[in-house]
Amino acid sequence: MSARDTAPERPADAARFQFIDCDIHPSLKHKKALYPYLSKQWRDHLDTYGSLTHGVYATRGGAYPRFTPETARRDAWPPNGNPPGSDLEFMQQQHLDAHNVRFGILEPIVGANNARNTDLSAALCTATNEWQVDEFTSRDSRLKASIHICAEDADLAVEEIDRRAGDRNFAQIQLGSRSVEPIGRKRYWPIFEAAQRYDIPIGFHVGGPSPYAPSPSGWPDYYIEDHHVLTHSAHTQVASMILEGVFELFPRVRVVMIEAGFAWAPPLAWRLDNHWRKVRSETPRCKRPPSEYMRQNIWFTTQPAEEPEDRKDLRLLFEWIGFDRMMFATDYPHWDFDDPQRALLMPMSETERRMLFHDNALKFYANLD
Amino acid sequence: MPISDAIDCDIHPGVPTVKALLPYMTDYWRESFIARGQDGFQPASYLPNSPLTCRPDWRDGEEIPGTSFERLKAHALDGFGSRFAICNVLYGGSFAVSETMGAALCSAVNDWIREQWLDRDPRLRASIVVPTQNPALAVEEIERQADDPRFVQILMPVGLDMMLGKQHYWPIFEAAVRHRLPIGLHAGSLYRYAPTAVGWPSHHLQDYVSNNQAFESQLLSLIAQGVFVKFPDLMVVLIESGVTWLPGFLWRARKTWRAVRPEVPWVKESPIDIIRRHVRLTAQPIDAPDNPEILERVLEQIGSDDMLLFASDYPHWQFDGDQMLPKGVPARLIEKMAKDNPLATYPRLRETLQ
Repeated sequence: MSARDTAPERPADAARFQFIDCDIHPSLKHKKALYPYLSKQWRDHLDTYGSLTHGVYATRGGAYPRFTPETARRDAWPPNGNPPGSDLEFMQQQHLDAHNVRFGILEPIVGANNARNTDLSAALCTATNEWQVDEFTSRDSRLKASIHICAEDADLAVEEIDRRAGDRNFAQIQLGSRSVEPIGRKRYWPIFEAAQRYDIPIGFHVGGPSPYAPSPSGWPDYYIEDHHVLTHSAHTQVASMILEGVFELFPRVRVVMIEAGFAWAPPLAWRLDNHWRKVRSETPRCKRPPSEYMRQNIWFTTQPAEEPEDRKDLRLLFEWIGFDRMMFATDYPHWDFDDPQRALLMPMSETERRMLFHDNALKFYANLD
Repeated sequence: MPISDAIDCDIHPGVPTVKALLPYMTDYWRESFIARGQDGFQPASYLPNSPLTCRPDWRDGEEIPGTSFERLKAHALDGFGSRFAICNVLYGGSFAVSETMGAALCSAVNDWIREQWLDRDPRLRASIVVPTQNPALAVEEIERQADDPRFVQILMPVGLDMMLGKQHYWPIFEAAVRHRLPIGLHAGSLYRYAPTAVGWPSHHLQDYVSNNQAFESQLLSLIAQGVFVKFPDLMVVLIESGVTWLPGFLWRARKTWRAVRPEVPWVKESPIDIIRRHVRLTAQPIDAPDNPEILERVLEQIGSDDMLLFASDYPHWQFDGDQMLPKGVPARLIEKMAKDNPLATYPRLRETLQ
């Protein structure tokens, strides 16, 4: 395909349009960058035992080696040699300024909320929240932090939400999509209650601490499989919240599924509706067709977008989900970054473009006004 | 509407009690089941009293669904006017923790289905149920049944002891190709692992809906492990997987492959092309949206009219009355699903016509 074929579908004012990036990954300058925010007890603990996870290896996260160092774009390493996403000035230069980002939502994936030791996890989450403010949001008002919580201890999670919810540096509560149990189960309800009480949305970023195999048949051998089926945790969480009645109990909760794709969402809604109609007596707290809750309470970020063979099908996905529920994200500085001027090549009206790149996120997140 | 002369690629005769199988067991196993007083080997994936397991107007009291030949004949064979129907028995042998008990139950089910069902109606065909728990025993069972051309497929649950592409299972694929038997993967799990990536949901409904995740991950495993490179004639039929999830899955599979294919250098084709060539799906359920125009578009997105196979899924509750297919399935596709595609997918069925 020639550039000429694609040109008309690019933004009219491609060079300077402002957008909100719903998925930016800040990272630690070095392994001990959270230590200033931790007690001596936890610093000593980490030095001796590290952070116990459900993973295969002692000192690295993830059973499946990624395709690039730090899962990052190869050009995203700052000149000082520190990890991609750890240097605000370089992030500003390479991304925030270059792409004209109006607001960016930080999604730290720093091993804080995936510890088996929930006391440690809660301490790491608190540290991560303070670190985001010190290193990023207090130094660049375009950036907004995510409230990290240890979902597996709902009491401590709510304490942390109580501490941050009034702070305008924070735009959402961040969870991994892989919790230890399906997230609609009762033990997690205090988190939804707090989210509704503070009118702050919940973002599920793909990944997280689940001890369970990624497939009902166990562990795939390869990253090419795991990277794909990672999204299944997002399908499961959407279904779990709906069937458990989370959106009946907490109807004003807003949830976004981040970096989990979205082509699966319409078929999941159809599938849930078709079978719920027959066995709704099993799920009495789910009072309406599941698709209605999905339409009402669930949003999606766009990156990485599934790529239909026929491009007009991409637009259809947005229509089926609802343009008002889709929010653009780049995933900077990760390897599969979506460039706002090159991704999602499909016909859009100016109104739709504004919703997708800007207005939906402005309404969805807390503290962007 | 009913589709006359169709080939129904998924019906479920039910095993009433283990007693029905005892005549087809060795003395050892007969004695064992009687002495231990063990029964009730219906798989957990299909709760006998759940509305999903039997359509309300097809249910007969407390009876295990699908156990009556007369009712299956009246409702499914005569009722839908099928030319052929493929029996897929979902029973404990395929799910048992014990390899040897699993093998005994599977063997008995295959002999029972032949004598009690296939011999009673020339329209019936069946899948060979096998103990995947031990592929060597599974191959033994395939060899034992393969001479009977009325067995047209090898049946296994989609949720297994391990990922299906692993070499552990390759002897089964080798036997399948040698006997021109497709591998039929049916919804349901051995429950060795949690049904979702985040553990055990509260509801059976969520287990059931999550089945398509199991299908997706097994397809990716077959592709990533190079099974279709090693066995270029292997066909895989996804049974009761749902249909509308497929396009989005294909798009993500291709995108991911493009990005990280150096990890599996033996996979030289796009997963979309591999799946279109090697994979078929029974179209029950379809999991259609309410809007038939959207369904029609989704079916076009699959990008091939060869992949869907007509099925009633009797007695599972997938439709009411005789509305076997939702609105939006184009007439040309219905024709292919009902006849050409099953005949192309099941060579042994095709050969019995000649």
